Amino acid sequence: MSDVATLPTTRDEDWRYADAAALRDLTAETLDGWHEITLTAGEAQVQTYVLDDSAPGVTRVRLALGEGARAEIYAIASASDYTRLEVEVTLAKGAHFEFGGVTIGGGEGTREFVTRVRHAEPEATSNQTIRAVHWNRATGNFLGRIEVVKDAQKTDAAQNFRAILLEKGASANTKPELEIFADDVKCAHGAAIGALDDSAGYYMAARGIPPHVARRLQVQAFVADAFVAMEDETLAENMLAKVLDRLEEAAI
Amino acid sequence: MLKIENLHAEIDGKQILNGLTLEVGAGEVHAIMGPNGAGKSTLAYVLGGRPGYEVTQGSVTFNGQDMLELEPHERAAAGLFLGFQYPVEIPGVSNVQFLREALNSQRKARGEEPLTGGEFLKLAKEKAALLKLDMEMLKRNVNVGFSGGEKKCAEMVQMGILDPKLAVLDETDSGLDIDALRTVGEGINAIMRQPDKGVLLITHYQRLLDYVQPDKVHILAKGRIVKTGGPELALELEREGYEAVA
Repeated sequence: MSDVATLPTTRDEDWRYADAAALRDLTAETLDGWHEITLTAGEAQVQTYVLDDSAPGVTRVRLALGEGARAEIYAIASASDYTRLEVEVTLAKGAHFEFGGVTIGGGEGTREFVTRVRHAEPEATSNQTIRAVHWNRATGNFLGRIEVVKDAQKTDAAQNFRAILLEKGASANTKPELEIFADDVKCAHGAAIGALDDSAGYYMAARGIPPHVARRLQVQAFVADAFVAMEDETLAENMLAKVLDRLEEAAI
Repeated sequence: MLKIENLHAEIDGKQILNGLTLEVGAGEVHAIMGPNGAGKSTLAYVLGGRPGYEVTQGSVTFNGQDMLELEPHERAAAGLFLGFQYPVEIPGVSNVQFLREALNSQRKARGEEPLTGGEFLKLAKEKAALLKLDMEMLKRNVNVGFSGGEKKCAEMVQMGILDPKLAVLDETDSGLDIDALRTVGEGINAIMRQPDKGVLLITHYQRLLDYVQPDKVHILAKGRIVKTGGPELALELEREGYEAVA
């Protein structure tokens, strides 16, 4: 059975900030190509997705977490062309979902994360931290839906999106969407879009740090939040290095 | 060492410095005092090359080099240290990382070898001890959660590590309690009282000058130096006020 009757357009809510031209090239196979992951009760898994120029396009992941299971996904979307990671998660009782994502890049590209986290049973927790860094005429998006069903009491869900635009012309969009049908829950969301702090940049220059090194330090501090929950420090450092390598290409 | 001649500068089209002339020789400490709005902080920022501060006339040479030609980070590598009246917080960047990056950037610009992590930590420990700053503070993010006094002490640790030729200290004494004032004063002496170094102390009050004896005291008013004297001028100011003296 195909999930897809017709190709999405930017008129569809979940695709509203997508690259319209790129959507016309999508195929039903891509849209049906869900990576299905099921974690049984108590199981834990960490997954990383590096969507760079070797993996542009749409990547879809569907997770079902059993009771007390724990899934962590860390992702970088940095390809030059349209890149989208969708993650759908269903949480059973006491399960935890952790998502850390960074969109980074210049050019004309659009990179986006779309998450749907469904708290289907009580006492599950989820935490999502997304950082976006863009320049030229690039765009970074985060659409995050959190659903809490009627019986999912004691849910604790959080999502936080922050973007830094390194120059005029770049943009970021975010749309938190919370559907809460239980009454004893915590759902936090936050979003901020801004520029690098000039006064910190000048402070570093006054101590002898050249502008491109200062920018790298500031961006590193900014995106590190997305990987702070990673237990494997080497893996976290590798992810951070991949993000910063992309920044080196910013000729601004 | 530092030669400022007929300096005119403005911010957002508003003239702040009006023909300031000043010379600091090697081995000298000069104090600049003046009422609010005289242009003291503007002078510090102009010397530090802060964006938005535009020099419209005059010159600044530093050891024979045209300083106004240099970018802010190049001025630091040439040996200028600007002590901030309000040190900036940098979340997510530790003091250790920040200062090692700063020192090694400066060394690279001067064609010197970078310090290794171990060498740097040894240096940082030594300078932190000089300013009685807990080494744990240097592992924390730059100025984040520091009290006003801790920020000023941390700045002096930075100065110790970076070992500049010329320090321009903009109200380094503000926000310090009596004990911290003494520590900072002694720190400035230990780091900067050298025959090949110079200090420009910008301050409102005489009290820091009890610890760091200036060779010359200048009064800055309306964007220019209106009076120059010895240490006694600062005492006179403290007694009589700016209006009577300048």
